[in-house]
Amino acid sequence: MSKKTNTYTVSVYTENNIGLLNRISAIFQRRHFNIESLNSSLSEIEGVSRFTIVVEMTEEQIKKIIGQIEKQVEVIKAYYHRDEDTIYQESCLFKIKSDLLFEERQIQNIIKESNARIVTVNKEYFVLEKSGRRIEIELLHRELSAFGILQFTRSGRIAVTKEPMEISQKLASIKQ
Amino acid sequence: MKETQTIERKQESIVSATVISGAEAIVKCLLAEGVDVLYGYPGGAIMPVYDELYKYEAKIHHVLTRHEQGATHSAQGYARISGKVGVAMATSGPGATNLITGIADAQIDSTPMVCITGQVASHLLGSDAFQETDIVGISTPVTKWNHQITKASEIPEVIAKAFYIAKSGRPGPVLIDITKDAQIEKFDFEYKKCTGIRSYNPEPAVDAAAISQAAQLINAAKKPLVVWGQGVILGEAEEEFKAVIEKAGIPSAWTILGASALATKHPLNVGMVGMHGNYAPNVLTNECDLLIAIGMRFDDRVTGDLKKYAKQAKVIHFEIDPSEIDKNVKADVAVLGSAKQSLALLLPHLNINTHTEWHQKFKDLYAVEYEKVIKKDLYPTKEGLTMGEVIQEINLLTKGDAAIVSDVGQHQMIACRYSEFNKTKSNITSGGLGTMGFALPAAIGAKMAAPDRDVIAIIGDGGYQMTIQELGTIFQTKVPVKIVVLNNEFLGMVRQWQELFFDKRYASTELINPNFVAIAKGYHIEGQKVTKRSELKGAVAEMMACDGAYFLEVCVEKQGNVFPMIPTGASVSDMRLS
Ligand SMILES: Cc1ncc(C[n+]2csc(CCOP(=O)(O)OP(=O)(O)O)c2C)c(N)n1
Repeated sequence: MSKKTNTYTVSVYTENNIGLLNRISAIFQRRHFNIESLNSSLSEIEGVSRFTIVVEMTEEQIKKIIGQIEKQVEVIKAYYHRDEDTIYQESCLFKIKSDLLFEERQIQNIIKESNARIVTVNKEYFVLEKSGRRIEIELLHRELSAFGILQFTRSGRIAVTKEPMEISQKLASIKQ
Repeated sequence: MKETQTIERKQESIVSATVISGAEAIVKCLLAEGVDVLYGYPGGAIMPVYDELYKYEAKIHHVLTRHEQGATHSAQGYARISGKVGVAMATSGPGATNLITGIADAQIDSTPMVCITGQVASHLLGSDAFQETDIVGISTPVTKWNHQITKASEIPEVIAKAFYIAKSGRPGPVLIDITKDAQIEKFDFEYKKCTGIRSYNPEPAVDAAAISQAAQLINAAKKPLVVWGQGVILGEAEEEFKAVIEKAGIPSAWTILGASALATKHPLNVGMVGMHGNYAPNVLTNECDLLIAIGMRFDDRVTGDLKKYAKQAKVIHFEIDPSEIDKNVKADVAVLGSAKQSLALLLPHLNINTHTEWHQKFKDLYAVEYEKVIKKDLYPTKEGLTMGEVIQEINLLTKGDAAIVSDVGQHQMIACRYSEFNKTKSNITSGGLGTMGFALPAAIGAKMAAPDRDVIAIIGDGGYQMTIQELGTIFQTKVPVKIVVLNNEFLGMVRQWQELFFDKRYASTELINPNFVAIAKGYHIEGQKVTKRSELKGAVAEMMACDGAYFLEVCVEKQGNVFPMIPTGASVSDMRLS
């Protein structure tokens, strides 16, 4: 198997349990894999949580990791996908001095062109939200840096797959 | 007896709701799961449960060990010999952390165990309260499942889940942490056994296509080799396993945890694989054309250098745990499912075969090992007792009917190599974790679970002193275990590595030992010390004839080495005979 590493998006469907985050992250930590981002939320199925984890490793490694994740009692199913198999987004927030919005015409253009959204404005600052691919967010960050950013934060990746997940069928097939 | 038990249990489960405390509920849950003995140590945060154990004394036997680690190993010994779930109990903080070694051991050796720990009251959680420790966090990487209970009403469901998870599929340890207020709180108790969890599929269904592919490979093979592991024992597949190898005439070797699933004297049993296993199965792993792995996980102590492991062979892997497939060795055919079911389905597809020529190779290499190693181990002529001759003496007396509980080190390898087994579940040892101190407490649990069997602990002078305080448990409970300490006045296995790989720099491996017989006598355990070959037979006979517990110290040669050996990183076929 190829030793080439790839970025993989791991989707883990789980029962809702506080301890599970620990169990799942320990699987990566033990093998010295860095988690690039991890997001946990509800899923499309009631009562089922979904972790979205982004990691970089070889396909052989990700297969073993998936096996270890699925082995956890409260994990219903885990999948891994390449970027081209998913629709994925990250989201970020910029907090910037309000003066700049009026003094620097350029900023308004940047906001418009980047499809960013102003979440709130007050006398002191305004907050800008942008969702998209990592490069788009990085570009916006570079452009705004020139003017000064009070605060910046970026979320982990969230993703849905192009193909159906078939998790609902799996759940339906398990009698409760 | 069995029938009355099930009736009792049924009654338990339909008992109409009664208002009881969480602590009483815990005991009732244990009874409903058929627990007759548990091992533990009390303390503040678990006292309400102990108070209930006092009231239920007639129904459930709590064994007070001398250290919580001992409680886990006793529970493991109990589980390993009986196949039932072992139970250990401890208080919060240090009591709970003392369980960790045993839990880690049970995790890596797939031993069904439920540990119950007390915890500070829920309103104190996270406040660094007295004896508060995050045992759920600490135990997460070494448990199959764990959970903290903060409300009495959660107790029945969580404990039912704990037993189900511990025992089903690939077994393992489960830890349940219960806050003190949940133990005190009263609630409507009702118990229902757990029969399934939607996110958990303990036994994958066997795929008929995989079975027929496996059968084709087996029928076509000229030089097949079976390597079986504990999966055969855990899956209670001994009969199916024997039928398969007998029909197809396949030489079969075992991992250390697979030992005793097939009688030692069975003609198809070609010995142990791995670092100190037998010469023939290790060398011929790299000559077989088909390697059939059954309920084993290709541990590095078994495979040596993976890059040079069975590269010429096709591999079939029978396994219950999907994450083991392709983990270390790539399988050409993977058969997921319980060994019992898979092997039963495989049998009718197999052709009858004998592989006579192939068998001859095993016999030839056995002869080489016998000349170079075994003869000297079992029938030494030079001065100095060997560990092997002690095991041989035990074999002669027990005729392979005893359960052997070994600790970790040279004596363990010798005990596993040379002990004779007629019955399954007879080799109890810490294989995956290699936990020194395992044997003495494990032997206690094993003997309690199988009072009709002879249980003999084989321990080194180093490991013995790691849990020697359990002599107190033996004395107090009068459990008649036989304890054999093979005293070489060294941490022998480490000393062997220092001799072979560190130019004989014996850093911190020499032991100045106490008077072991006097210590045993201090606990009112009979015993003696043997220093001469002429005394050995009589001493072993005396030990076996003794009704109670017995301590036998045998002073063996100080610098004996265990051979054959696959040095770390070498290939199985580069096994050294000296
Ligand atoms: C708890 C623990 N600590 C350290 C080790 C490393 N270790 C493996 S074998 C061994 C020596 C065991 O000596 P002894 O009990 O005297 O048995 P012998 O090898 O002499 O038969 C040691 C220290 C271990 N396996 N377990």
